[in-house]
Amino acid sequence: MTSAPPASPPTARTARPAILVVGLLALFAAGVASVAVGARAVPLGELWGALADFDPLNGDHLVVRDIRLPRTLLGIAVGAALAVGGALIQTLSRNPLAEPGILGVTHGAGFALTVGAALGLAGSAVSQLGLGVAGSVLATALVYAVGRHSTLRLLLAGVAFSAVLMGVSLGIRLTSPDTLDKYRFWAVGSLAGREQTDLTVPLVAIGAALVGALVIARSLNAIALGETVAHTLGANVARVRTATLVLITVLAGAATAVAGPILFVGLIVPHLLRRLTSGSVPWLVGLSAVVGPILMLVADTIARVLLHTGEVPVAIVTAFLGGPVLIWVVRRYGAGSL
Amino acid sequence: MTTRLSAQDVTLGYGDRVVSTRLSLDVPDGAFTAVVGPNGCGKSTLLRALVRLLKPAEGAITLDSRSVSDLPAKGLARELAFLPQDPLAPEGITVHQLVSRGRYPHQSLLALWTPEDERAVAEAMVTAEVEDLADRPVAELSGGQRQRVWVAMVLAQDTPYLLLDEPTSFLDITHQYRLLALLSRLRDEGRTVIAVLHDINQACRFADHLVAMKDGRVAAEGAAADVVDAALIKDVFDLPSVIVADPVSGTPMVVPE
Repeated sequence: MTSAPPASPPTARTARPAILVVGLLALFAAGVASVAVGARAVPLGELWGALADFDPLNGDHLVVRDIRLPRTLLGIAVGAALAVGGALIQTLSRNPLAEPGILGVTHGAGFALTVGAALGLAGSAVSQLGLGVAGSVLATALVYAVGRHSTLRLLLAGVAFSAVLMGVSLGIRLTSPDTLDKYRFWAVGSLAGREQTDLTVPLVAIGAALVGALVIARSLNAIALGETVAHTLGANVARVRTATLVLITVLAGAATAVAGPILFVGLIVPHLLRRLTSGSVPWLVGLSAVVGPILMLVADTIARVLLHTGEVPVAIVTAFLGGPVLIWVVRRYGAGSL
Repeated sequence: MTTRLSAQDVTLGYGDRVVSTRLSLDVPDGAFTAVVGPNGCGKSTLLRALVRLLKPAEGAITLDSRSVSDLPAKGLARELAFLPQDPLAPEGITVHQLVSRGRYPHQSLLALWTPEDERAVAEAMVTAEVEDLADRPVAELSGGQRQRVWVAMVLAQDTPYLLLDEPTSFLDITHQYRLLALLSRLRDEGRTVIAVLHDINQACRFADHLVAMKDGRVAAEGAAADVVDAALIKDVFDLPSVIVADPVSGTPMVVPE
Protein backbone atom coordinates (compact mmCIF):
# COMPACT_ATOMS: atom_id res chain seq x y z
CA MET A 1 0.00 0.00 0.00
CA THR A 2 1.44 3.34 -0.93
CA SER A 3 0.42 6.84 -0.10
CA ALA A 4 -1.31 8.91 -2.76
CA PRO A 5 -3.41 12.07 -2.97
CA PRO A 6 -5.36 12.33 0.27
CA ALA A 7 -8.57 13.31 -1.49
CA SER A 8 -9.31 9.73 -2.41
CA PRO A 9 -8.28 6.21 -1.46
CA PRO A 10 -4.85 5.38 -2.79
CA THR A 11 -4.80 3.26 -5.88
CA ALA A 12 -1.22 3.32 -7.04
CA ARG A 13 -2.27 0.67 -9.52
CA THR A 14 -4.43 3.01 -11.53
CA ALA A 15 -3.17 5.86 -13.59
CA ARG A 16 -5.48 8.64 -12.51
CA PRO A 17 -2.79 11.19 -11.56
CA ALA A 18 -1.06 10.58 -14.90
CA ILE A 19 -4.34 11.11 -16.72
CA LEU A 20 -4.79 14.39 -14.86
CA VAL A 21 -1.34 15.61 -15.92
CA VAL A 22 -1.89 14.61 -19.55
CA GLY A 23 -5.31 16.28 -19.41
CA LEU A 24 -3.88 19.53 -18.08
CA LEU A 25 -1.21 19.56 -20.82
CA ALA A 26 -3.85 18.90 -23.47
CA LEU A 27 -5.99 21.68 -22.02
CA PHE A 28 -3.05 24.07 -22.23
CA ALA A 29 -2.43 23.11 -25.87
CA ALA A 30 -6.13 23.47 -26.70
CA GLY A 31 -6.14 26.86 -24.99
CA VAL A 32 -3.18 28.12 -27.02
CA ALA A 33 -4.75 26.84 -30.23
CA SER A 34 -8.05 28.47 -29.44
CA VAL A 35 -6.36 31.84 -28.92
CA ALA A 36 -4.16 31.55 -32.02
CA VAL A 37 -6.53 30.03 -34.59
CA GLY A 38 -9.38 31.79 -36.29
CA ALA A 39 -10.33 34.02 -39.20
CA ARG A 40 -7.18 35.97 -38.37
CA ALA A 41 -4.36 33.59 -37.43
CA VAL A 42 -2.14 34.98 -34.68
CA PRO A 43 1.52 33.87 -34.68
CA LEU A 44 2.63 32.37 -31.37
CA GLY A 45 5.22 35.15 -30.88
CA GLU A 46 2.55 37.82 -31.13
CA LEU A 47 0.36 35.80 -28.79
CA TRP A 48 3.01 35.96 -26.08
CA GLY A 49 3.55 39.64 -26.82
CA ALA A 50 -0.13 40.39 -26.35
CA LEU A 51 0.02 38.94 -22.85
CA ALA A 52 3.44 40.12 -21.72
CA ASP A 53 3.90 43.38 -23.61
CA PHE A 54 0.54 44.67 -24.80
CA ASP A 55 0.59 47.18 -27.65
CA PRO A 56 -2.84 48.79 -28.19
CA LEU A 57 -1.93 49.66 -31.80
CA ASN A 58 -1.05 46.08 -32.74
CA GLY A 59 -3.98 44.38 -34.46
CA ASP A 60 -2.92 40.89 -33.37
CA HIS A 61 -2.67 42.03 -29.77
CA LEU A 62 -6.13 43.55 -29.91
CA VAL A 63 -7.64 40.37 -31.33
CA VAL A 64 -6.01 38.28 -28.62
CA ARG A 65 -6.91 40.57 -25.72
CA ASP A 66 -10.41 41.63 -26.67
CA ILE A 67 -11.81 38.66 -28.52
CA ARG A 68 -9.82 35.46 -28.36
CA LEU A 69 -8.77 35.36 -24.73
CA PRO A 70 -12.22 36.15 -23.30
CA ARG A 71 -13.71 33.57 -25.63
CA THR A 72 -11.17 30.94 -24.56
CA LEU A 73 -11.87 31.63 -20.89
CA LEU A 74 -15.58 31.40 -21.61
CA GLY A 75 -15.04 28.09 -23.40
CA ILE A 76 -13.11 26.70 -20.44
CA ALA A 77 -15.78 27.80 -17.97
CA VAL A 78 -18.69 26.51 -20.06
CA GLY A 79 -16.95 23.21 -20.82
CA ALA A 80 -16.06 22.63 -17.17
CA ALA A 81 -19.54 23.62 -15.99
CA LEU A 82 -21.33 21.29 -18.41
CA ALA A 83 -19.02 18.32 -17.89
CA VAL A 84 -19.05 18.60 -14.09
CA GLY A 85 -22.82 19.19 -14.11
CA GLY A 86 -23.14 16.00 -16.16
CA ALA A 87 -20.89 14.05 -13.78
CA LEU A 88 -23.02 15.20 -10.83
CA ILE A 89 -26.43 14.40 -12.34
CA GLN A 90 -25.29 11.01 -13.68
CA THR A 91 -23.89 10.07 -10.29
CA LEU A 92 -26.88 11.34 -8.34
CA SER A 93 -29.46 9.68 -10.59
CA ARG A 94 -27.35 6.58 -11.29
CA ASN A 95 -28.56 7.08 -14.83
CA PRO A 96 -25.98 7.16 -17.62
CA LEU A 97 -28.33 9.03 -19.94
CA ALA A 98 -28.94 11.92 -17.58
CA GLU A 99 -27.52 15.24 -18.74
CA PRO A 100 -27.33 18.45 -16.74
CA GLY A 101 -30.38 19.92 -18.50
CA ILE A 102 -32.67 17.06 -17.46
CA LEU A 103 -33.92 18.93 -14.39
CA GLY A 104 -35.57 21.60 -16.50
CA VAL A 105 -32.64 24.00 -16.81
CA THR A 106 -32.43 24.08 -20.61
CA HIS A 107 -36.09 24.28 -21.39
CA GLY A 108 -36.63 26.73 -18.54
CA ALA A 109 -34.04 29.05 -20.07
CA GLY A 110 -35.48 28.51 -23.56
CA PHE A 111 -38.98 29.25 -22.33
CA ALA A 112 -37.90 32.45 -20.58
CA LEU A 113 -36.07 33.60 -23.69
CA THR A 114 -39.07 32.86 -25.89
CA VAL A 115 -41.45 34.74 -23.62
CA GLY A 116 -38.91 37.55 -23.23
CA ALA A 117 -38.49 37.84 -26.98
CA ALA A 118 -42.26 37.81 -27.55
CA LEU A 119 -42.59 40.67 -25.06
CA GLY A 120 -39.70 42.52 -26.66
CA LEU A 121 -37.38 42.13 -23.68
CA ALA A 122 -34.64 40.00 -25.22
CA GLY A 123 -32.91 42.70 -27.20
CA SER A 124 -29.48 42.91 -25.61
CA ALA A 125 -27.03 40.20 -24.63
CA VAL A 126 -27.35 41.19 -20.99
CA SER A 127 -31.11 40.85 -20.95
CA GLN A 128 -30.80 37.48 -22.70
CA LEU A 129 -28.41 36.39 -19.97
CA GLY A 130 -30.81 37.55 -17.28
CA LEU A 131 -33.76 35.80 -18.90
CA GLY A 132 -31.77 32.57 -19.26
CA VAL A 133 -30.76 32.55 -15.61
CA ALA A 134 -34.25 33.43 -14.38
CA GLY A 135 -35.82 30.71 -16.53
CA SER A 136 -33.36 28.05 -15.38
CA VAL A 137 -33.74 28.84 -11.71
CA LEU A 138 -37.54 29.05 -11.81
CA ALA A 139 -37.88 25.81 -13.75
CA THR A 140 -35.55 23.90 -11.42
CA ALA A 141 -37.25 25.33 -8.34
CA LEU A 142 -40.60 24.04 -9.61
CA VAL A 143 -39.15 20.65 -10.48
CA TYR A 144 -37.57 20.47 -7.05
CA ALA A 145 -40.83 21.41 -5.31
CA VAL A 146 -42.61 18.53 -7.04
CA GLY A 147 -39.94 15.85 -6.86
CA ARG A 148 -37.66 16.56 -3.91
CA HIS A 149 -38.56 13.39 -2.02
CA SER A 150 -36.78 11.04 -4.36
CA THR A 151 -34.30 11.26 -7.17
CA LEU A 152 -36.52 9.31 -9.55
CA ARG A 153 -39.40 11.72 -8.94
CA LEU A 154 -37.06 14.61 -9.61
CA LEU A 155 -36.05 13.18 -12.98
CA LEU A 156 -39.65 12.46 -13.95
CA ALA A 157 -40.73 15.94 -12.87
CA GLY A 158 -37.82 17.42 -14.84
CA VAL A 159 -38.67 15.53 -18.01
CA ALA A 160 -42.40 16.23 -17.73
CA PHE A 161 -41.94 19.89 -16.94
CA SER A 162 -39.40 20.30 -19.74
CA ALA A 163 -41.89 18.82 -22.19
CA VAL A 164 -44.58 21.27 -21.12
CA LEU A 165 -42.23 24.26 -21.35
CA MET A 166 -40.95 23.11 -24.72
CA GLY A 167 -44.50 22.76 -26.03
CA VAL A 168 -45.59 26.18 -24.83
CA SER A 169 -42.43 27.85 -26.16
CA LEU A 170 -42.86 26.13 -29.49
CA GLY A 171 -46.44 27.38 -29.68
CA ILE A 172 -45.35 30.95 -29.03
CA ARG A 173 -42.54 30.77 -31.55
CA LEU A 174 -44.71 29.28 -34.29
CA THR A 175 -47.21 32.09 -34.00
CA SER A 176 -44.59 34.83 -33.83
CA PRO A 177 -41.86 34.78 -36.50
CA ASP A 178 -40.02 37.62 -34.76
CA THR A 179 -39.68 35.62 -31.57
CA LEU A 180 -38.55 32.57 -33.52
CA ASP A 181 -35.81 34.62 -35.11
CA LYS A 182 -34.39 35.83 -31.79
CA TYR A 183 -34.68 32.39 -30.23
CA ARG A 184 -32.94 30.68 -33.13
CA PHE A 185 -29.62 32.39 -32.51
CA TRP A 186 -29.61 31.48 -28.86
CA ALA A 187 -30.86 27.95 -29.37
CA VAL A 188 -28.00 26.73 -31.57
CA GLY A 189 -25.52 27.12 -28.74
CA SER A 190 -22.37 29.06 -29.49
CA LEU A 191 -19.54 30.97 -27.90
CA ALA A 192 -19.36 33.46 -30.78
CA GLY A 193 -20.17 37.00 -29.78
CA ARG A 194 -21.01 35.94 -26.25
CA GLU A 195 -17.57 37.01 -25.05
CA GLN A 196 -18.50 40.65 -25.59
CA THR A 197 -20.95 40.70 -22.69
CA ASP A 198 -19.79 41.27 -19.13
CA LEU A 199 -19.43 37.71 -17.98
CA THR A 200 -18.13 38.28 -14.46
CA VAL A 201 -21.24 37.04 -12.71
CA PRO A 202 -21.72 33.78 -14.63
CA LEU A 203 -17.98 33.03 -14.51
CA VAL A 204 -17.77 33.59 -10.76
CA ALA A 205 -20.91 31.49 -10.27
CA ILE A 206 -19.40 28.66 -12.31
CA GLY A 207 -16.09 28.89 -10.42
CA ALA A 208 -17.81 28.73 -7.05
CA ALA A 209 -20.02 25.82 -8.14
CA LEU A 210 -16.98 23.88 -9.40
CA VAL A 211 -15.36 24.20 -5.98
CA GLY A 212 -18.63 23.12 -4.38
CA ALA A 213 -18.77 20.10 -6.69
CA LEU A 214 -15.32 18.96 -5.59
CA VAL A 215 -16.31 19.34 -1.94
CA ILE A 216 -19.54 17.37 -2.28
CA ALA A 217 -18.00 14.68 -4.49
CA ARG A 218 -16.94 12.58 -1.52
CA SER A 219 -20.47 12.47 -0.14
CA LEU A 220 -21.63 11.48 -3.62
CA ASN A 221 -19.23 8.54 -3.34
CA ALA A 222 -21.60 7.24 -0.67
CA ILE A 223 -24.80 8.25 -2.51
CA ALA A 224 -23.58 6.38 -5.61
CA LEU A 225 -24.04 3.11 -3.70
CA GLY A 226 -27.79 3.72 -3.52
CA GLU A 227 -29.77 5.61 -0.93
CA THR A 228 -30.12 2.65 1.46
CA VAL A 229 -26.39 2.06 1.73
CA ALA A 230 -25.70 5.80 1.79
CA HIS A 231 -28.01 6.21 4.79
CA THR A 232 -26.36 3.39 6.71
CA LEU A 233 -22.92 4.84 5.93
CA GLY A 234 -24.06 7.97 7.74
CA ALA A 235 -24.51 10.23 4.70
CA ASN A 236 -27.23 12.84 4.94
CA VAL A 237 -28.92 11.83 1.70
CA ALA A 238 -31.52 14.61 1.58
CA ARG A 239 -28.98 17.35 2.25
CA VAL A 240 -26.44 16.02 -0.26
CA ARG A 241 -29.16 15.65 -2.89
CA THR A 242 -30.39 19.22 -2.40
CA ALA A 243 -26.88 20.66 -2.47
CA THR A 244 -26.04 18.68 -5.60
CA LEU A 245 -29.19 19.91 -7.34
CA VAL A 246 -28.32 23.50 -6.53
CA LEU A 247 -24.83 22.98 -7.95
CA ILE A 248 -26.17 21.34 -11.13
CA THR A 249 -28.63 24.19 -11.62
CA VAL A 250 -25.94 26.84 -11.19
CA LEU A 251 -23.51 25.05 -13.49
CA ALA A 252 -25.96 24.18 -16.26
CA GLY A 253 -27.94 27.39 -15.82
CA ALA A 254 -24.91 29.67 -16.07
CA ALA A 255 -23.46 27.76 -19.01
CA THR A 256 -26.78 27.68 -20.85
CA ALA A 257 -27.41 31.34 -20.18
CA VAL A 258 -24.09 32.45 -21.67
CA ALA A 259 -23.67 29.91 -24.46
CA GLY A 260 -27.10 28.45 -25.17
CA PRO A 261 -27.86 24.73 -25.01
CA ILE A 262 -24.62 22.78 -25.59
CA LEU A 263 -25.54 20.05 -23.17
CA PHE A 264 -24.07 17.19 -25.16
CA VAL A 265 -20.74 17.94 -23.47
CA GLY A 266 -22.35 17.09 -20.14
CA LEU A 267 -23.54 13.74 -21.44
CA ILE A 268 -20.38 12.54 -23.13
CA VAL A 269 -17.47 13.70 -20.93
CA PRO A 270 -18.45 11.79 -17.76
CA HIS A 271 -18.89 8.68 -19.94
CA LEU A 272 -15.42 8.91 -21.36
CA LEU A 273 -13.97 9.24 -17.86
CA ARG A 274 -16.04 6.79 -15.86
CA ARG A 275 -13.85 3.76 -16.59
CA LEU A 276 -10.62 5.67 -16.10
CA THR A 277 -11.65 6.91 -12.66
CA SER A 278 -12.59 3.40 -11.43
CA GLY A 279 -15.75 4.67 -9.80
CA SER A 280 -14.31 7.50 -7.69
CA VAL A 281 -16.62 10.50 -7.81
CA PRO A 282 -13.99 13.09 -6.71
CA TRP A 283 -11.74 11.99 -9.57
CA LEU A 284 -14.66 11.93 -12.00
CA VAL A 285 -15.55 15.50 -11.06
CA GLY A 286 -11.93 16.69 -11.14
CA LEU A 287 -11.13 15.14 -14.51
CA SER A 288 -14.46 16.29 -15.98
CA ALA A 289 -13.45 19.84 -15.10
CA VAL A 290 -10.34 19.34 -17.26
CA VAL A 291 -11.67 17.25 -20.15
CA GLY A 292 -14.91 19.25 -20.58
CA PRO A 293 -12.98 22.43 -21.45
CA ILE A 294 -10.71 20.48 -23.84
CA LEU A 295 -13.71 19.20 -25.80
CA MET A 296 -15.26 22.66 -25.74
CA LEU A 297 -12.14 24.50 -26.93
CA VAL A 298 -11.34 21.97 -29.65
CA ALA A 299 -14.93 22.08 -30.88
CA ASP A 300 -14.98 25.88 -30.78
CA THR A 301 -11.69 26.14 -32.67
CA ILE A 302 -12.91 23.73 -35.33
CA ALA A 303 -16.18 25.70 -35.46
CA ARG A 304 -14.22 28.81 -36.45
CA VAL A 305 -12.27 27.29 -39.31
CA LEU A 306 -14.63 24.64 -40.66
CA LEU A 307 -16.41 26.88 -43.14
CA HIS A 308 -14.85 29.70 -45.12
CA THR A 309 -18.10 31.56 -45.15
CA GLY A 310 -18.37 31.97 -41.38
CA GLU A 311 -18.66 30.09 -38.12
CA VAL A 312 -20.49 26.88 -37.42
CA PRO A 313 -22.20 27.04 -34.01
CA VAL A 314 -20.09 25.10 -31.51
CA ALA A 315 -23.03 22.99 -30.32
CA ILE A 316 -23.18 21.44 -33.78
CA VAL A 317 -19.48 20.59 -33.65
CA THR A 318 -19.69 19.08 -30.17
CA ALA A 319 -22.51 16.87 -31.37
CA PHE A 320 -20.55 15.90 -34.49
CA LEU A 321 -17.48 15.07 -32.42
CA GLY A 322 -19.29 13.59 -29.45
CA GLY A 323 -21.80 11.39 -31.24
CA PRO A 324 -19.23 9.13 -32.93
CA VAL A 325 -17.13 9.02 -29.75
CA LEU A 326 -20.15 7.85 -27.77
CA ILE A 327 -20.83 5.12 -30.33
CA TRP A 328 -17.17 4.11 -30.20
CA VAL A 329 -17.30 3.82 -26.40
CA VAL A 330 -20.37 1.60 -26.59
CA ARG A 331 -18.81 -0.61 -29.27
CA ARG A 332 -15.48 -0.83 -27.49
CA TYR A 333 -16.69 -1.50 -23.97
CA GLY A 334 -20.26 -2.66 -24.51
CA ALA A 335 -23.39 -0.87 -23.39
CA GLY A 336 -22.43 -1.81 -19.82
CA SER A 337 -19.87 0.97 -19.87
CA LEU A 338 -22.67 3.50 -20.10
CA MET B 1 -26.58 -12.05 28.40
CA THR B 2 -25.86 -8.37 27.92
CA THR B 3 -27.51 -6.30 25.29
CA ARG B 4 -26.81 -2.83 23.90
CA LEU B 5 -29.20 -2.84 20.96
CA SER B 6 -32.93 -3.26 21.55
CA ALA B 7 -36.29 -2.67 19.98
CA GLN B 8 -38.70 -1.45 22.64
CA ASP B 9 -42.41 -1.74 21.93
CA VAL B 10 -41.97 -0.60 18.37
CA THR B 11 -44.79 -0.30 15.87
CA LEU B 12 -43.39 -0.55 12.37
CA GLY B 13 -44.96 -0.05 8.98
CA TYR B 14 -45.00 1.81 5.72
CA GLY B 15 -47.54 4.60 5.62
CA ASP B 16 -50.89 3.12 6.63
CA ARG B 17 -49.73 -0.47 6.36
CA VAL B 18 -48.67 -1.69 9.79
CA VAL B 19 -46.21 -4.59 9.76
CA SER B 20 -45.39 -5.01 13.44
CA THR B 21 -47.23 -3.79 16.52
CA ARG B 22 -45.49 -3.32 19.87
CA LEU B 23 -42.59 -5.58 19.01
CA SER B 24 -39.75 -5.91 21.51
CA LEU B 25 -36.39 -7.56 20.97
CA ASP B 26 -33.05 -7.54 22.77
CA VAL B 27 -30.12 -8.35 20.53
CA PRO B 28 -27.56 -10.35 22.53
CA ASP B 29 -24.07 -8.79 22.38
CA GLY B 30 -21.32 -10.74 20.69
CA ALA B 31 -23.67 -13.40 19.37
CA PHE B 32 -24.86 -14.47 15.92
CA THR B 33 -28.58 -13.78 15.83
CA ALA B 34 -30.60 -15.18 12.93
CA VAL B 35 -34.07 -13.88 12.15
CA VAL B 36 -36.26 -16.42 10.35
CA GLY B 37 -39.87 -16.54 9.25
CA PRO B 38 -42.10 -16.77 6.19
CA ASN B 39 -42.08 -14.14 3.44
CA GLY B 40 -43.69 -10.91 4.51
CA CYS B 41 -43.49 -11.63 8.25
CA GLY B 42 -41.60 -8.40 8.94
CA LYS B 43 -38.01 -9.69 9.23
CA SER B 44 -36.52 -7.17 6.83
CA THR B 45 -38.69 -4.40 8.24
CA LEU B 46 -37.32 -5.10 11.71
CA LEU B 47 -33.76 -5.03 10.41
CA ARG B 48 -34.36 -1.76 8.58
CA ALA B 49 -35.77 -0.24 11.76
CA LEU B 50 -32.73 -1.36 13.77
CA VAL B 51 -30.40 0.55 11.43
CA ARG B 52 -32.70 3.60 11.34
CA LEU B 53 -33.76 3.22 7.72
CA LEU B 54 -37.31 3.11 9.04
CA LYS B 55 -38.56 5.26 11.89
CA PRO B 56 -40.89 3.41 14.30
CA ALA B 57 -44.38 4.91 14.45
CA GLU B 58 -44.32 4.15 18.17
CA GLY B 59 -41.67 2.93 20.58
CA ALA B 60 -37.94 3.26 20.02
CA ILE B 61 -34.85 1.45 18.86
CA THR B 62 -32.20 2.01 21.51
CA LEU B 63 -28.44 1.65 21.58
CA ASP B 64 -26.99 1.88 25.09
CA SER B 65 -30.43 3.07 26.25
CA ARG B 66 -30.36 6.02 23.84
CA SER B 67 -32.80 6.21 20.98
CA VAL B 68 -30.93 5.73 17.70
CA SER B 69 -32.88 8.61 16.17
CA ASP B 70 -31.01 10.93 18.57
CA LEU B 71 -27.58 9.77 17.45
CA PRO B 72 -25.62 11.62 14.76
CA ALA B 73 -25.72 9.82 11.41
CA LYS B 74 -22.00 9.14 11.16
CA GLY B 75 -21.81 8.20 14.83
CA LEU B 76 -24.50 5.56 14.30
CA ALA B 77 -22.70 4.40 11.14
CA ARG B 78 -19.62 3.71 13.25
CA GLU B 79 -21.73 1.38 15.44
CA LEU B 80 -24.06 -0.37 12.99
CA ALA B 81 -23.17 -1.61 9.52
CA PHE B 82 -25.95 -2.86 7.27
CA LEU B 83 -25.89 -4.85 4.05
CA PRO B 84 -29.23 -4.65 2.20
CA GLN B 85 -30.58 -7.56 0.20
CA ASP B 86 -29.62 -6.50 -3.29
CA PRO B 87 -27.11 -3.64 -3.29
CA LEU B 88 -26.17 -2.18 -6.65
CA ALA B 89 -22.58 -1.23 -7.45
CA PRO B 90 -22.06 1.93 -9.50
CA GLU B 91 -20.73 1.49 -13.05
CA GLY B 92 -17.02 1.06 -13.47
CA ILE B 93 -16.21 0.77 -9.77
CA THR B 94 -13.35 -1.51 -8.73
CA VAL B 95 -13.35 -3.79 -5.71
CA HIS B 96 -10.85 -1.66 -3.79
CA GLN B 97 -12.89 1.48 -4.49
CA LEU B 98 -16.10 -0.15 -3.33
CA VAL B 99 -14.58 -1.51 -0.13
CA SER B 100 -13.04 1.92 0.53
CA ARG B 101 -16.52 3.44 0.63
CA GLY B 102 -17.04 1.64 3.93
CA ARG B 103 -14.69 4.19 5.51
CA TYR B 104 -17.11 7.04 4.83
CA PRO B 105 -18.37 7.39 8.44
CA HIS B 106 -14.77 7.62 9.67
CA GLN B 107 -13.91 10.54 7.42
CA SER B 108 -14.63 14.22 7.72
CA LEU B 109 -13.84 17.32 5.73
CA LEU B 110 -10.55 17.68 7.57
CA ALA B 111 -9.56 14.07 8.12
CA LEU B 112 -9.50 12.63 4.63
CA TRP B 113 -7.90 9.30 3.73
CA THR B 114 -5.59 8.09 6.52
CA PRO B 115 -3.28 5.08 6.95
CA GLU B 116 -5.87 3.80 9.43
CA ASP B 117 -8.45 3.80 6.63
CA GLU B 118 -6.09 1.95 4.31
CA ARG B 119 -5.35 -0.62 7.02
CA ALA B 120 -9.07 -1.20 7.67
CA VAL B 121 -9.75 -1.64 3.94
CA ALA B 122 -6.84 -4.07 3.50
CA GLU B 123 -7.91 -6.06 6.55
CA ALA B 124 -11.54 -6.19 5.43
CA MET B 125 -10.51 -7.48 2.00
CA VAL B 126 -8.33 -10.19 3.57
CA THR B 127 -11.09 -11.24 5.99
CA ALA B 128 -13.68 -11.46 3.23
CA GLU B 129 -11.14 -13.20 0.97
CA VAL B 130 -11.36 -10.68 -1.85
CA GLU B 131 -7.84 -9.19 -1.65
CA ASP B 132 -6.87 -10.87 -4.94
CA LEU B 133 -9.73 -9.10 -6.69
CA ALA B 134 -8.75 -5.58 -5.56
CA ASP B 135 -8.33 -4.04 -9.01
CA ARG B 136 -11.12 -5.93 -10.76
CA PRO B 137 -14.30 -4.10 -11.77
CA VAL B 138 -17.12 -5.31 -9.51
CA ALA B 139 -19.39 -5.80 -12.53
CA GLU B 140 -17.12 -8.60 -13.82
CA LEU B 141 -17.32 -10.73 -10.66
CA SER B 142 -19.47 -13.78 -10.00
CA GLY B 143 -22.41 -13.51 -7.62
CA GLY B 144 -20.49 -15.18 -4.79
CA GLN B 145 -17.46 -12.95 -5.21
CA ARG B 146 -19.62 -9.86 -5.43
CA GLN B 147 -21.42 -10.67 -2.20
CA ARG B 148 -18.08 -11.11 -0.41
CA VAL B 149 -16.95 -7.73 -1.77
CA TRP B 150 -20.03 -6.11 -0.25
CA VAL B 151 -19.36 -7.89 3.02
CA ALA B 152 -15.82 -6.48 2.86
CA MET B 153 -17.34 -3.03 2.36
CA VAL B 154 -19.39 -3.26 5.56
CA LEU B 155 -16.41 -4.81 7.38
CA ALA B 156 -14.28 -1.80 6.43
CA GLN B 157 -16.88 0.26 8.25
CA ASP B 158 -15.31 -1.32 11.34
CA THR B 159 -18.43 -1.49 13.49
CA PRO B 160 -19.26 -3.68 16.49
CA TYR B 161 -22.58 -4.57 14.82
CA LEU B 162 -23.11 -6.22 11.46
CA LEU B 163 -26.66 -6.51 10.12
CA LEU B 164 -27.34 -8.40 6.92
CA ASP B 165 -30.61 -8.85 5.04
CA GLU B 166 -30.71 -12.31 3.43
CA PRO B 167 -27.02 -12.32 2.59
CA THR B 168 -27.16 -15.85 1.16
CA SER B 169 -29.92 -15.34 -1.40
CA PHE B 170 -28.78 -15.78 -4.98
CA LEU B 171 -25.69 -17.72 -3.89
CA ASP B 172 -25.02 -21.37 -4.68
CA ILE B 173 -24.78 -23.77 -1.75
CA THR B 174 -20.98 -23.64 -1.50
CA HIS B 175 -20.95 -19.87 -1.32
CA GLN B 176 -23.84 -19.88 1.13
CA TYR B 177 -21.86 -21.98 3.60
CA ARG B 178 -18.67 -20.05 2.96
CA LEU B 179 -20.44 -16.80 3.78
CA LEU B 180 -22.09 -18.18 6.91
CA ALA B 181 -18.73 -19.55 8.10
CA LEU B 182 -17.28 -16.08 7.55
CA LEU B 183 -20.07 -14.52 9.65
CA SER B 184 -19.40 -17.06 12.44
CA ARG B 185 -15.72 -16.15 12.34
CA LEU B 186 -16.61 -12.47 12.69
CA ARG B 187 -18.78 -13.37 15.68
CA ASP B 188 -15.78 -15.24 17.17
CA GLU B 189 -13.70 -12.08 16.73
CA GLY B 190 -16.19 -10.24 18.91
CA ARG B 191 -18.68 -8.69 16.53
CA THR B 192 -22.43 -8.93 16.97
CA VAL B 193 -23.98 -10.39 13.84
CA ILE B 194 -27.68 -10.14 13.01
CA ALA B 195 -28.82 -11.75 9.77
CA VAL B 196 -32.16 -12.42 8.17
CA LEU B 197 -31.86 -15.96 6.81
CA HIS B 198 -34.16 -17.89 4.53
CA ASP B 199 -32.95 -21.35 5.32
CA ILE B 200 -34.11 -22.47 8.76
CA ASN B 201 -31.57 -25.33 8.86
CA GLN B 202 -28.67 -23.00 8.18
CA ALA B 203 -30.01 -20.64 10.82
CA CYS B 204 -30.13 -23.50 13.36
CA ARG B 205 -26.62 -24.55 12.54
CA PHE B 206 -24.89 -21.17 12.60
CA ALA B 207 -26.88 -18.91 14.91
CA ASP B 208 -26.44 -18.65 18.67
CA HIS B 209 -29.76 -16.92 18.99
CA LEU B 210 -32.74 -17.69 16.80
CA VAL B 211 -35.62 -15.26 16.39
CA ALA B 212 -38.66 -16.78 14.67
CA MET B 213 -41.17 -14.22 13.40
CA LYS B 214 -44.73 -14.54 12.21
CA ASP B 215 -47.18 -11.81 11.22
CA GLY B 216 -44.92 -9.09 12.52
CA ARG B 217 -44.41 -10.53 16.00
CA VAL B 218 -41.69 -12.65 17.57
CA ALA B 219 -43.13 -16.18 17.81
CA ALA B 220 -40.15 -17.65 19.64
CA GLU B 221 -36.55 -16.79 20.43
CA GLY B 222 -33.58 -18.49 22.01
CA ALA B 223 -30.99 -21.12 21.21
CA ALA B 224 -32.13 -23.23 18.26
CA ALA B 225 -32.01 -26.44 20.31
CA ASP B 226 -34.40 -24.92 22.85
CA VAL B 227 -36.97 -23.36 20.57
CA VAL B 228 -37.15 -25.35 17.33
CA ASP B 229 -39.71 -28.15 17.39
CA ALA B 230 -42.42 -29.41 15.07
CA ALA B 231 -45.04 -27.26 16.75
CA LEU B 232 -43.08 -24.04 16.16
CA ILE B 233 -42.43 -24.87 12.50
CA LYS B 234 -46.14 -25.68 12.05
CA ASP B 235 -47.06 -22.42 13.74
CA VAL B 236 -44.56 -20.14 11.97
CA PHE B 237 -44.26 -21.65 8.51
CA ASP B 238 -47.53 -23.61 8.44
CA LEU B 239 -45.50 -26.64 7.43
CA PRO B 240 -45.87 -30.12 8.97
CA SER B 241 -42.38 -31.46 9.61
CA VAL B 242 -40.18 -33.84 11.53
CA ILE B 243 -37.26 -32.44 13.51
CA VAL B 244 -34.09 -34.53 13.46
CA ALA B 245 -30.55 -33.82 14.63
CA ASP B 246 -28.28 -32.43 11.92
CA PRO B 247 -25.81 -35.28 11.32
CA VAL B 248 -22.88 -32.84 11.11
CA SER B 249 -23.52 -30.20 13.77
CA GLY B 250 -26.12 -31.88 15.95
CA THR B 251 -28.38 -28.83 15.75
CA PRO B 252 -32.09 -29.21 14.94
CA MET B 253 -32.84 -29.94 11.30
CA VAL B 254 -36.30 -29.44 9.84
CA VAL B 255 -37.41 -32.12 7.41
CA PRO B 256 -40.80 -31.33 5.84
CA GLU B 257 -43.29 -34.17 5.87
